[in-house]
Amino acid sequence: MIVTHSLTKHFGHIVAVDSVDLAVQEGDRYGILGPNGSGKTTLVRMLLGLVYATSGEIEVMGQQVPRHVGRVLPEIGALVEEPAAYPHLTGRANLALFDAAGPSGPKSTRRKRIDNALERVGLAGIDRRPVKAYSLGMRQRLGLAAALVRSPRLLILDEPTNGLDPRGIRDIRDLLIELNKAGTTIFLSSHLLGEVEHLCTRVGIFDLGRLVVQAELATLRTPTGRVIVDSPDADRVAAMLDGHVESRDGARLVVRHADAAELNAQLVREGVRVVEIGPQRRSLEQIVLEVTSAGSDQLSQEGGSSR
Amino acid sequence: MIGVELYKLLRRPRTWVSVALLCALPVAVAIFVAVTHLAPPPGQGSAFLSAILHDGSLYPAAALALVLPVFLPVAVAVVAGDSIAGEATTGTLRYLLTRPVSRSRLLVAKLVTITTFVLVAVVAVTITSYITGVAAFGSAPPAAVGQPAVQPGGSVTSLSGPSLTVLQLVERIVGAVGFITVSMLGVAAIALFLSTLTDSALGSALGALAALVGSEVLVTLDAASAVRPYLPTRYWLAWIDFFRQPVFWRDIQRGFGIQALYVAVFLAAAWANFSSKDITT
Repeated sequence: MIVTHSLTKHFGHIVAVDSVDLAVQEGDRYGILGPNGSGKTTLVRMLLGLVYATSGEIEVMGQQVPRHVGRVLPEIGALVEEPAAYPHLTGRANLALFDAAGPSGPKSTRRKRIDNALERVGLAGIDRRPVKAYSLGMRQRLGLAAALVRSPRLLILDEPTNGLDPRGIRDIRDLLIELNKAGTTIFLSSHLLGEVEHLCTRVGIFDLGRLVVQAELATLRTPTGRVIVDSPDADRVAAMLDGHVESRDGARLVVRHADAAELNAQLVREGVRVVEIGPQRRSLEQIVLEVTSAGSDQLSQEGGSSR
Repeated sequence: MIGVELYKLLRRPRTWVSVALLCALPVAVAIFVAVTHLAPPPGQGSAFLSAILHDGSLYPAAALALVLPVFLPVAVAVVAGDSIAGEATTGTLRYLLTRPVSRSRLLVAKLVTITTFVLVAVVAVTITSYITGVAAFGSAPPAAVGQPAVQPGGSVTSLSGPSLTVLQLVERIVGAVGFITVSMLGVAAIALFLSTLTDSALGSALGALAALVGSEVLVTLDAASAVRPYLPTRYWLAWIDFFRQPVFWRDIQRGFGIQALYVAVFLAAAWANFSSKDITT
């Protein structure tokens, strides 16, 4: 769906994106994570033909970008950074205007498509208010609706849940999963770990313009071969499994063991009370912190950020 | 795309505010003159203004002469300077381009929209000032001071003396409206070009106005006579030649030519810059 080869972008002497080889398959829910200023937005803009690469190649749905970007854009719904609309017009008028601006948006179905998109994002009851009277969350929903009006095959979303409350975030996540099940490929960038962790099947992690990790989320989060045990009888557990206990924090023990179920059975046989037991998985947060450096919004003295 | 841009122009409150302001200036002048009967003597002040006390139907010409030097170029520079930079600032530019709208089409649509705006503004000034003029001064009075006598029966005196029939007058006014509209396109093209350079609508509008002021200074400077024929404002006043009998075509043709040149050069520059630009807003 999206393939890039050693994609690089310089802004003056700043390297915003540095030899990125991205691979997004059809049907993926692909999440780009990374600190602020790590090049996520520049990447998204290059995929959409807004920013021209310094070197490297981009292919979206089999077409060269930016040369043939006009052929693929009609099938892409995009939200780049914050949504934008003409403030003195209503939300509906804005959607109609953007739909009419592009090529061959069938006029006969426009009204229906707009109603449909508004309903999907939870703005079906939208009134005659101009967009300047909208709240941040409503604007965000309107921006998503604009991306959905053409029923795109590919959604490219940069920070799609900005400004939404927890319920809004949940609504949008459910919507994206539903669209994905219906065959839409979803590519989103975010600095919110939770958002990506809950939504995406594949992740790419950006740092200083480089794509440092690209893998299935399930692969990244395979068990570490350790089991976490929470027990009021922590002392007994420690004595029993001496040599296998890697660390202990009060009632919580990290035990080197391949099978949590097996260990649980063993503890219960010995009459040890267990509050909680399960295989240890690395959290996405740990992975991201391991592979990334400080974001570009943090400028420490000793080269915490070279950019 | 052109339809979309026109819709945006017409639905924008600013468009109508600026047109209303353009129409308000001649109305205000007419009220002052009508109340005081103090028109500038012939040959002084704004063109045609001296004649209006005696023939209100000449007032559209006087009104165009009033708004042409400053008001109209300011309005055009604001609209044209905002065209790309304004979309960039609100962020709508990136959504238009990913619709997709090709960058060249967007530029052409913007230029067509600006032209429409100028035409609407000039026509609005013409119509409102005609109504104002006839209401304030009446039409076809018996004689004109400083001019050969006007023929009875609704005819109007041309600047050169012989009278014009109503049909001729309408033709001349249409010609003048067309010429003034075209005269503004040079400014519009400069502002549009600057609008692709910067994301500041204000900056590009002021830049275009600076170019105009510079041009007006050089037009009056004898030492700059070598470049004078190429200045964008050099032939601005040539629309007055439509009211001569017969029409004095030389400056009118040159005026059209120089504006066409400015539009071609700056539209090409705007295209070259915009089509290779990174859209980072």
